[in-house]
Amino acid sequence: MKSDIILGGVGGQGILSIAAAIGLAALKNNLHLKQSEVHGMSQRGGDVQSHLRISSKPIASDLIPKGKADLIISVEPMEGLRYLPFLSNDGWLVTNITPFNNITDYPNIDDIMKQIKAFPNHIAIDADTIAKAAGSSRSSNIVMLGAASPFIDIPYEKLEEGIRQLFGKKGEELVNTNLKALKAGREFTEKNR
Amino acid sequence: MEKLLLLGDEAIAQGAIDGGMSGIYAYPGTPSTEIMEFVHGSKIAEELNIHRLWSTNEKTAMESALGMSYAGKRSMVCFKHVGLNVAADAFVNASITGVNGGVIVVSADDPSMHSSQNEQDSRFYAKFTLIPILEPSNQQEAYDMAYYGFELSEMLNVPVMLRITTRLAHSRAGVQRKDMKKQNQLRLPSDPRQFVLLPAIARKNYKKLLGMQPAMEVESEKSPFNQYIDGANKKLGIIAAGLAFNYLMENYDNGKNPNPILKLSQYPLPEKQVAKLYNECDSILVLEDGAPLIEEMLKGFLNLGKPIHGRLDGAVPRDGELNPNIVAKALGMEIHEGQDVPDVVKNRPPSLCQGCGHSDVFLALNEVLLEYGAGRVFSDIGCYTLAALPPYNSINSCVDMGASITMAIGAADAGLVPAVSVIGDSTFTHSGMTGLLDAVNKNSPITVIISDNSTTGMTGGQTSAAHGRIYDICKGIGVDPEHLKILTPLKKNHEENVKILREELSYNGLSVLIPTRECIQTFARRKRSEKGESNE
Ligand SMILES: Cc1ncc(C[n+]2csc(CCOP(=O)(O)OP(=O)(O)O)c2C)c(N)n1
Ligand code: SF4
Repeated sequence: MKSDIILGGVGGQGILSIAAAIGLAALKNNLHLKQSEVHGMSQRGGDVQSHLRISSKPIASDLIPKGKADLIISVEPMEGLRYLPFLSNDGWLVTNITPFNNITDYPNIDDIMKQIKAFPNHIAIDADTIAKAAGSSRSSNIVMLGAASPFIDIPYEKLEEGIRQLFGKKGEELVNTNLKALKAGREFTEKNR
Repeated sequence: MEKLLLLGDEAIAQGAIDGGMSGIYAYPGTPSTEIMEFVHGSKIAEELNIHRLWSTNEKTAMESALGMSYAGKRSMVCFKHVGLNVAADAFVNASITGVNGGVIVVSADDPSMHSSQNEQDSRFYAKFTLIPILEPSNQQEAYDMAYYGFELSEMLNVPVMLRITTRLAHSRAGVQRKDMKKQNQLRLPSDPRQFVLLPAIARKNYKKLLGMQPAMEVESEKSPFNQYIDGANKKLGIIAAGLAFNYLMENYDNGKNPNPILKLSQYPLPEKQVAKLYNECDSILVLEDGAPLIEEMLKGFLNLGKPIHGRLDGAVPRDGELNPNIVAKALGMEIHEGQDVPDVVKNRPPSLCQGCGHSDVFLALNEVLLEYGAGRVFSDIGCYTLAALPPYNSINSCVDMGASITMAIGAADAGLVPAVSVIGDSTFTHSGMTGLLDAVNKNSPITVIISDNSTTGMTGGQTSAAHGRIYDICKGIGVDPEHLKILTPLKKNHEENVKILREELSYNGLSVLIPTRECIQTFARRKRSEKGESNE
């Protein structure tokens, strides 16, 4: 099996917690993993990406070649579109629809949505609202992970274990909120794909 | 032992800890920062009491590491590539002194300049100082090289460079640890004059260093990190250095390579292996993540031999980091990219955080400068450099750490009066203090703004070397107390700050203003950790 995933967002939005949860789940499945992150300058409110590669075979490159990604998970609608050159023809674009507007020329959201909808394999989800309903607006990243989970070749239970491990130190309540967020995201995709 | 999921930087730190390191010396800089930060978080490092405080700059770090080596123990120095420029005097001479305890110098290059002013390739420094380079192709090798590098350094009597690039530094993969080695005992050099570089001794040491070159080559020939992988198609032989090897292998399904490959991760170049590839193949492609160092060596000035392809003939772009697609193109393979980026996607450059104290400084400065005209603000490197972008458009230079004060001096000497310099607290202690002494000695008509946010913000909030002592340092250097003032950069103080700035800019001599307010990111983190601790 192989999943090549690009995570996109804005510096400070915490895309790395999504990567960490998938990473922990992959390790539990004895899979190979490489995950390239962006640190430094762009973390200051610039666009950030992470390339996450999981495979049952050893992985060569830390970067995903263009046209080879199976999945883009974006916590911001414009940012997901930035990585389209990486997505394979039958790959999925899973994106949050809440804009993060910290630039003066941020485009009209309708124009962004039009582009997202033009892409055949897409899931556009209001992760912020769903996260709030699940108990905490701060778990919108995990809602995104849940929404993307049907496209990741890892058993759902392993993702749950990853979440338990990631948030375990911070208490049972937070674990449960995030498990709920994960489930809510997954259910959205199952209904809307 | 268990497998760990580590960044390349973290793998280096763990390898050094397990390899018997007694001290790590570093100044933060992307992409090297996480090496020291990992050691800070390591329980073993704490138990073993490995020295692990930040240094004030890269030169002090390099020298302290050399001092630890003098005393017989193993030390590591870490910085980003431009940090090597700052450390260069010590670095170059350390190859002449040689070492006692092993020294590994980690220089983290940033091809494509993700977070840097240039993309210089550290390997050139190691080449002219005649020391070995280790250049890992993956996280496991990064660990292994840090683990083994101390021994190599002690055996060859020189510091060893461990050269990485951004992509490896900030990419995670599984790493297998090895058994921990004991630290060295305190032990003086057997020759008490080894580190005394008087010309007579330096000449002797240098000849020794030259004499060591064959031994270094032997190590490269037998290094497990260099590998000759045969292939049937001898039309082209490929040299893949460091990370380039992965990008190359990514393009071969099932890891089967049609052409012979020399995977290169230890220098000096293993002459026999390079010659074998050259002799067996009709032409050579060189893939290196950085400048065309190997390519130039093979090609020679007159390019009289077999065709050598790489960055110099356009087979690979002349600048920027490599990736699997660039390598595919160089191999003549077809690439099937996904859709183009739609036009609706706009650039999203980094920016100052909402509520950052630096922004209040620039808003006040912009207002006062309306009276003098633009083009006179010399800035430095830190979060405040982002004021070069809209909406501030405040600064006119950013060159190297410390250059704000000294460039303002020169511009004022040329008649650009008043000239303003803007520098952060960490950059000021890194290399601004000496420039300020120049300004004091000449009473230069410049206004120096030390925007003190009590941290090293740009690199993630490391301790600032002179936290809370900037004012006293300036006074000690000799700044006239009449023109040395602390401001609080808050919206509500805007009018007052404008007034002070206006007064000091009109003063025909040196003024130093210190706007002081903690970075809101470190402030928030501090509050969170204080709260977290009280809950436990
Ligand atoms: C020689 C060198 N070393 C390290 C760096 C990396 N670096 C860039 S900005 C910075 C910190 C600046 O801190 P400070 O001056 O306090 O400004 P702040 O970011 O906190 O505003 C560092 C370490 C560099 N660019 N050059
Ligand atoms: S990290 Fe701190 S210093 Fe840097 S922009 Fe944000 S608030 Fe300002």
